Amino acid sequence: MPGKLKVKIVAGRHLPVMDRASDLTDAFVEVKFGNTTFKTDVYPKSLNPQWNSEWFKFEVDDEELQDEPLQITVLDHDTYSANDAIGKVYIDIDPLLYSEAATVISGWFPIYDTIHGIRGEINVVVKVDLFNDLNRFRQSSCGVKFFCTTSIPKCYRAVIIHGFVEELVVNEDPEYQWIDRIRTPRASNEARQRLISLMSGELQRKIGLKVLEMRGNAVVGYLQCFDLEGESGLVVRAIGTACTLDKLSNTSAFLPACNSPSKEMKEIPFNEDPNPNTYSSGPSTPLKNQTYSFSPSKSYSRQSSSSDTDLSLTPKTGMGSGSAGKEGGPFKTLLRQQTQSALEQREFPFFTLTTFPPGFLVHVGGVVSARSVKLLDRIHNPDEPETRDAWWAEIRQEIKSHAKALGCHAVVGYSESTSICEEVCILSASGTAAVLNPRFLQDGTMEGCLEQRLSWQPGFFSIGSEKGEVDFFPQSQDSSSLLGIEEASPPGCGFCHIPYDELNMPFPAHLTYCYNCRKQKVPDVLFTTIDLPVEAIVVGKGCLIQARLCRLKKKAQAEANATSISNLLPFMEYEVHTQLMNKLKLRGMNALFGLRIQITVGENMLMGLASATGVYLAALPTPGGIQIAGKTPNDGTYEQHISHMQKKINDTIAKNKELYEINPPELPEEIIGSPIPEPRQRSRLLRSQSESSDEVTELDLSHGKKDAFVLEIDDTDAMEDVHSLLTDVPPPSGFYSCNTEIMPGINNWTPEIQMFTAVRVSRLSNINPTNQTLNKNFNDLCENLLKSLYFKLRSMVPCCLCHVNFTVALPEDELVQIAVTAVAITYDKNQALQANKAPTEKSQQRASTDNEEQLQFPLELCSDPLSAQPFSPAKEVLEGASSHSGIPAAQRDRCNSWIELIKLKAQTIRRGSIKTTTSLEKASPLAEGYLRHRSVPSCTNSTVSVVKMTPLSFLPGAKITKYLGIINMFFIRETTSLREEGGVSGFLHAFIAEVFAMVRAHVAALGGNAVVSYIMKQCVFMENPNKNQAQCLINVSGDAVIFVRESELEMLPVQPSTAAPQPTSSAGDVTT
Amino acid sequence: MSGDTEDTGETLGTRGDIWGHCGDIWGHRAAPAAGMSSDLDVFVGNTTLIDEEVYRLWLDGHSVAEAVARRLRGGVLEREGTSVAVLQSDTRDHYRTFQMLERLLHVPPRLLQQLLFQIPPERQALLVQRYYAFDEALARELLGKKLSKGTKKELDEVSARTGVGIRSCRRQFDNFKRVFKAVEELRGPLAENIQQLFLLPPPLARDYAAIVFFANSRFETGKRRLQFLSFADFAACAQSMMGHWSQGALAPEAAEPDGDLPKSFLQDLKELKVLVTDKDLLDQHKSLVCSALRGKISVYNELEASFKALSRALVNVGGKLTHARDVRDFFVDLVEKVIEPCRSDKWSPGDLRLFLTHYTAAPRNLPGFRHQALWERYMAAITACLLRMYHD
Repeated sequence: MPGKLKVKIVAGRHLPVMDRASDLTDAFVEVKFGNTTFKTDVYPKSLNPQWNSEWFKFEVDDEELQDEPLQITVLDHDTYSANDAIGKVYIDIDPLLYSEAATVISGWFPIYDTIHGIRGEINVVVKVDLFNDLNRFRQSSCGVKFFCTTSIPKCYRAVIIHGFVEELVVNEDPEYQWIDRIRTPRASNEARQRLISLMSGELQRKIGLKVLEMRGNAVVGYLQCFDLEGESGLVVRAIGTACTLDKLSNTSAFLPACNSPSKEMKEIPFNEDPNPNTYSSGPSTPLKNQTYSFSPSKSYSRQSSSSDTDLSLTPKTGMGSGSAGKEGGPFKTLLRQQTQSALEQREFPFFTLTTFPPGFLVHVGGVVSARSVKLLDRIHNPDEPETRDAWWAEIRQEIKSHAKALGCHAVVGYSESTSICEEVCILSASGTAAVLNPRFLQDGTMEGCLEQRLSWQPGFFSIGSEKGEVDFFPQSQDSSSLLGIEEASPPGCGFCHIPYDELNMPFPAHLTYCYNCRKQKVPDVLFTTIDLPVEAIVVGKGCLIQARLCRLKKKAQAEANATSISNLLPFMEYEVHTQLMNKLKLRGMNALFGLRIQITVGENMLMGLASATGVYLAALPTPGGIQIAGKTPNDGTYEQHISHMQKKINDTIAKNKELYEINPPELPEEIIGSPIPEPRQRSRLLRSQSESSDEVTELDLSHGKKDAFVLEIDDTDAMEDVHSLLTDVPPPSGFYSCNTEIMPGINNWTPEIQMFTAVRVSRLSNINPTNQTLNKNFNDLCENLLKSLYFKLRSMVPCCLCHVNFTVALPEDELVQIAVTAVAITYDKNQALQANKAPTEKSQQRASTDNEEQLQFPLELCSDPLSAQPFSPAKEVLEGASSHSGIPAAQRDRCNSWIELIKLKAQTIRRGSIKTTTSLEKASPLAEGYLRHRSVPSCTNSTVSVVKMTPLSFLPGAKITKYLGIINMFFIRETTSLREEGGVSGFLHAFIAEVFAMVRAHVAALGGNAVVSYIMKQCVFMENPNKNQAQCLINVSGDAVIFVRESELEMLPVQPSTAAPQPTSSAGDVTT
Repeated sequence: MSGDTEDTGETLGTRGDIWGHCGDIWGHRAAPAAGMSSDLDVFVGNTTLIDEEVYRLWLDGHSVAEAVARRLRGGVLEREGTSVAVLQSDTRDHYRTFQMLERLLHVPPRLLQQLLFQIPPERQALLVQRYYAFDEALARELLGKKLSKGTKKELDEVSARTGVGIRSCRRQFDNFKRVFKAVEELRGPLAENIQQLFLLPPPLARDYAAIVFFANSRFETGKRRLQFLSFADFAACAQSMMGHWSQGALAPEAAEPDGDLPKSFLQDLKELKVLVTDKDLLDQHKSLVCSALRGKISVYNELEASFKALSRALVNVGGKLTHARDVRDFFVDLVEKVIEPCRSDKWSPGDLRLFLTHYTAAPRNLPGFRHQALWERYMAAITACLLRMYHD
């Protein structure tokens, strides 16, 4: 469908001097879109030209709109010779193509030249007029929204999560075309930038089409990568998760008064019986202490039986109390069947998300990964990218089967990557095998969802609810009910329970009964690629754990090379795994989240770098220590040495436990329950549990069985390994680090953030390198890099480095390049201490502070016509609790009315699928206007608006109010005067700063003030010092957003729009 | 720093293995970093990190190696428990940032508009302020000198005399020159122009105005007998002179730049000579002043004896201002012919103040003297200068 693109060139400033004689410039601008070009007049003799052009109008169809970037070239007019290019600006107009994002792009853009970098700025206004009406427009692929964020974006709710989408396009790399021999480096770079921009657009459009086919409207966790295959071509590929998203009414999303409507909303789908009769028959929902505690187990069990229908699962209710310890075999099977049916239609049941709505993730099996070594050959026909497609399909198939072996039907936290050296390419894919809640996956009609709910409820009510019986924190109970849903698991541990059959385990593992619920089996350690679920119960803090490994490889050609690499891979994987395991134990922790193993291939070596965040999950057993065993027990000095080492290791473990505050409560034998050190809660749990479970004795057997991990030192290599274990230095005091979104154990973030990128290239200069020396060098390189980050950011202490993302490349023989992007976030130390004292509270706080909007959505899922809740007891109660004051009276009133609301809703459900959206306090349009006004930089204003950047999906202390579109930028920078630009460091420093500046400028022009989920996907640096040349390619992406500080929000006038907490049906918003 | 760009220029032609120089991006400035494993090492924050201590060291013109050594002495290692390599890497990052920022610091309003570095406004202000802050000892040396290449070449000596590092000297000299060039042709109050163009805090802008004023009028300040005067003394004098004499002082929209004293005014000053050339007027002036001061100052006798010499000196200083060469001697004359005689007669500053007040006021009562307004405008600045300069 056609549209009209309108562009206006307003002015330029700080242009470079192009005419040496006059020290001035005669600048004009070419505006190009597709094959149409317009020019402005020449603005003579000025470094700050004011073109103030007319509107240049391009009439184009939507395919072009999606694929093509708007290309703006600033030139210096020269009467006698060819005009000189000053630089270019590429603007991706995609954000203008869906109505919810930006409406205009307007602002100062840096004028970029691939040889000279940024040369002045240009003020541009871009608009898109669509000929067809919006509704029709949104049917086209243009309307599909893209998010880099790997969770459900903050101001949306997921109606359905459809699943995996992937696509790749290939082309010849302009850098390797014959024409490159005769054209200038600038022309070549620009051809490459333009091609990649085009390919990205095309890729995005194709993925969009797939999403529309699946009847989705958005892609979340969109990850696009380039494979620079050199001679054989250029591959642009992308993966993502198709979803149907619904925008939350602007209000509930960001008014503090209702910013965490999450908890009780979550509760609704589960606690509330679809059959309102049961409600009336079971008025047992007692209000304790004026809270709205909803799940006293008994009454619910009764309810569920009364709601009993012929639906498949209800018979389970009968076993309510007794079945708990038996791992709910049938449960699982059924669940599996359901999920299976939901997932089977999909070729690949993969999800690129790493954070999920509560209740989505039922069990986690473990990390699954697959690698394959391929030989690249020239892509003969760019229109037939089948070879690459087949390669990936193969790998994905493998991942799928691995997941199946773990008893899982889905893979979450899924990602793909490549490493290329000459003509060898390693394709890698990894993810976390998981069992998902089918409820979120289906195009559920009302009936279907109800059915599911019905069928699952019994199990939940009979088993799961006891746990949540907490008077103080109603929300914990809420979340428990939430989490417990499909599976009879209490919150915070359900996902740890093994999904596979314990009699038929895919790999040897020590299983014990869950230390939290004591009902189901858990493994002794858990590795995952996802973020720590918010509801997980964690003891102490987390920390960044890395395994680093080098392996020498003979230089070889083609197949021989590929073979030797494939032979090495399993050993590397094994060693990386062992290192991770050892380091995890050394820290006294038992689970890894956000695990990312990167294997990089170079000419003569392979490098492995695994990063993850270690935590102590309360549900898993306490890790045993590390025991060293020598092979020659008779040698006295050797013995002594061993015992010395042993002592050192033990000391380190003890120190780490103290450092990360890992002090899981020692459970007295008779008390078997959650290790939550909340005595009141525990005893309560005990009571309810002993009533409902007869597994007590059996549980005792597993308790106390702490098997130590034995490291056998049989040769010097092993000795080295032990040594290297101990070389990891903990971060200096006041610093924590993790590679996940949030640091387990820290929740009181203050708004100060600092995103940074650090790059190091180092020479591993050994005449006769061995694996050991290389390992040591590599290890030192990483450790030093971390040390230097801590030093640089010392002024932010206390702070946490979050989302620490290492990327390793081997650009040349003996050269190792490490790039790190992370964000440092400050936190309030005093509060932290307080929180540590009460871990329960802490975890709840975290749950409530993090992802309110996200948490909020389950209740609004397809199954659930219920709407956003008008108030947020969770937060207020929390506040109340922390300030040791009671719940405000108003709150109590609300609670009461809330119950009314539930009843009302129950009726609504019965009547039909009318979606009701309620917001007690809507943000006034005024507020929205205010925000908008504040964040849109005026063109004439000279002061530059601040744009925050973060690799996280959120900004501490702020609310994201709007997503403006995806930022996906690719830049090349080249120099032929490397030394004059300050050598390699000066060159790259300037380039990275320029990339940041261009990202910020684009975001500001969209009206945004931050980029979230920012990632530097590629940083390829090449140099030729002898020719004084260097070249660098950087690819970054993220989501442009508008955020508002929570403190500012509070100052906004709060206008209750629909005053009564009545379910008002929002305009025609019917979910189906 | 400008010195550095020249240095890099010199190494332009040399080819060689860049790795040898790599840690050392400023040519000779950084000592060869032994055992550095990292060839390329950068850290870039979305918000540009500014370390005030390192900025200070950079401004003082220390090389990376010197800066690292100084930071080590500062005990940062012990405090942060880090390694020398980390300190080196950190220092290099900061130096690179500063070097990239320097181009913008030359035009401070651009620092505010640029998009390359995201720096909070208060940090931007700090950067500019520190960059343009100067050593008074150095400024004192350069006062009244032509801000030319020749002067720049003499900076080695100045550096030796003042103890300010040569790089820092050059940078400060360049600052003076840049400010001078920028406001040379501008109309209106000098200090305000400087404040606007360089975003300096008002006191610093006033000091720069003084430097520009001196450089423009080329007053001699280097003579031995002027050595007792500090930069602050001269700056105060310059401000009084501009304040009272400049066109801007009369009409803000004046046609001529403030740095130049208005020609018409200087021409008019010749008219005042009548006060000392006309015998009658001189005698009457003396008797008026003496009668007013009798019993009020301790050095009455000395005053009576030296009145005519003093008056001649005070009037002639003004009369000579039309000739560029004589302008140079303005301060020398004031010291030689007014301050030194008074000092040898042991006048107290109070005595001088009283004398000057009455000396300025008296001609009002002189019959036939028609230049009272001009006289008072002239004497206002002279009085301020003398009182400021009258110390040991």
